Amino acid sequence: MTALLDVRDLRTHFKTDDGVVKAVDGVDFQVESGQTVGIVGESGCGKSVTCLSIMGLNDTRNSTSTGEVLFDDENLLNIPQSRLRKLRGSEIAMIFQDPMTSLNPVHSIGRQLVETVLLHHDISKKEARARAVEALKEVGIPRAETRITDYPHQFSGGMRQRVMIAMAMINEPRLLIADEPTTALDVTTQAQILAVMQKLQADRGMAIVMITHDLGVVAETADDVVVMYAAKVVEHGSVDTIFKNPQHPYTWGLLGSLPRLHTDVERLTQIPGQPPSLLNPPQGCRFNPRCPYVMDVCKQREPELMPVTGEADHEQACFLDDEVKAREVARLKETVLAEASH
Amino acid sequence: MFQYFVRRVLWSLVLFLSVTLVTYVLFFLVPANPARQAAGQSASPDRVAEVEERLGLNDPVYIQYWGFLKRLVLDGSLGYSFVDRSSVNDEIFRAAPITASLVFGAMLLVLSIAIPIGVFSALRPRSLLDRAAMTYVLIGISLPSFWIALVLSYLIGYKLGWTPIAGYCEVISVPEASNCGGVIDWAYHMILPWLALAIVQAGVYVRFVRAEVMETMTQDYVRTARAKGAPERTVMKDHILRNALLPVVTILGMDIGLLLGGAIFIETVFGLNGLGATAIRSIGQFDLPTLQGVVIFGAIAIIVFTLIVDLLYAWIDPRIRLT
Repeated sequence: MTALLDVRDLRTHFKTDDGVVKAVDGVDFQVESGQTVGIVGESGCGKSVTCLSIMGLNDTRNSTSTGEVLFDDENLLNIPQSRLRKLRGSEIAMIFQDPMTSLNPVHSIGRQLVETVLLHHDISKKEARARAVEALKEVGIPRAETRITDYPHQFSGGMRQRVMIAMAMINEPRLLIADEPTTALDVTTQAQILAVMQKLQADRGMAIVMITHDLGVVAETADDVVVMYAAKVVEHGSVDTIFKNPQHPYTWGLLGSLPRLHTDVERLTQIPGQPPSLLNPPQGCRFNPRCPYVMDVCKQREPELMPVTGEADHEQACFLDDEVKAREVARLKETVLAEASH
Repeated sequence: MFQYFVRRVLWSLVLFLSVTLVTYVLFFLVPANPARQAAGQSASPDRVAEVEERLGLNDPVYIQYWGFLKRLVLDGSLGYSFVDRSSVNDEIFRAAPITASLVFGAMLLVLSIAIPIGVFSALRPRSLLDRAAMTYVLIGISLPSFWIALVLSYLIGYKLGWTPIAGYCEVISVPEASNCGGVIDWAYHMILPWLALAIVQAGVYVRFVRAEVMETMTQDYVRTARAKGAPERTVMKDHILRNALLPVVTILGMDIGLLLGGAIFIETVFGLNGLGATAIRSIGQFDLPTLQGVVIFGAIAIIVFTLIVDLLYAWIDPRIRLT
């Protein structure tokens, strides 16, 4: 089965006064219908830019995207703007990180929902409005018929994100790109929002690309996980393999920094240092300056994404030999990963 | 809403009283005798004293002020000119339409210049058009309005002879003796004054619109609109401009109020006998009632237009509730 979304060697570069920022530098992944792919990584690793590139929402004046973004075998990177506009909001929808600023403050949410419908369907305003009410009900907004005339500032953060989801879902897209949809929300609201998304996905069989830096969100929602570091994919596999047999030191670091309920640890481990500047990334493996297992080879050559021996659909980009990795995974299993099985 | 309105009106009254009081006090601080002006330079001291008595100038300032207020509130009268005893109300009603024609026409022109140029500049920053626009802004802001007015009147009015260089034509109540009248003559005579005022004012507005549009373009909700599949024109019209023009409304309202008090330079250069010209004349003649009339009209204009802006703002920006 061919994937609904097939991203191949995507590179998005921004021209800045200081030089070229390679925000996405050769990213590949696939998403199939009904599936959720989680993209994880620190702030600034290129996960949001990846999604904006898929949508064609980067500013074309200072950025270029190359590679292929195949949606239903159509390369979104070189179709005309008019065609891309037809797909945006109807076939591919996106929700953003900050629901407080993602809705236009001067229009009622009803007007914004109706606009989304009318941009893609030739129906009357009245019908569009009925759809809008329906969409609001579906995401669990109480008294949708009356609240539809309210303005964004009259909603709480969680409710606004529900409105954003309603707006994204109103034209029944086949692919939903969610850029850290729960980051700006408190924990209980996060769970509700994720539940809404999962319910809609189950009802409609759409695919979701879930960008997050929260491995908890990934564990809960994703089928496949793409771990990004400094504009590149460092590990890619099913959610089971990533949590049971992580292969990249960066993934270990992410897992080690998860808070744990049932295991006694004094402090959370952290990854020392900061993500590198994408203007001028480190030579060799981009993670080498922060990696506790760094070897000479890491500073000279850049590791490529390679299949993990003995595991289908699991790739990683690290030079460490399997023995060291097995030992490290065993140690992680006693602490972090024990938690995951609870 | 009602409460807000009452509070605003009461506050306006306080403001209004302060403005008139300040004008009164300032006027009497000037070491000159209005009665001598009114009686004429060659009048005898007795005659001057008589005029003083008749104009009520012998009374203490606070009595005079009280008299002024009483007349204003009870009769709605701004009093009578010291110079020719004509009604100040009539004078203001004659002059105000002239100034209003100038101000509203020019501001309309300002918006139709500033919004398109500001938007295009914001869309293509550092492009040729943007640089040209920014140069114009600098010129518009730096040059004094009377200089631009004189240059326009010399070049377009005198050298090219395309437009009249001075005068005003009534639109509705055309006097019999007048040799011009009607909308076309009115507009024909107003072209240069409008242009002169607009060129000066538009500079600031271009810059303002450009900055606001650039700022709004980076907002998350603009990205949301694009993600919905909205074409660029809709994004600009419904999502960017609608938000970017909110602050422009504020400035526009205040500027209109301010200019209605008299666009002194432009009126003087183009021989428009509006409020600005009236104010200048009454200062020269120590004609307190007439000057007071212009000041009051100006103050009311500012008060009313600030109120209009606030009401308009609440209507176009749902986040603002008047309480």
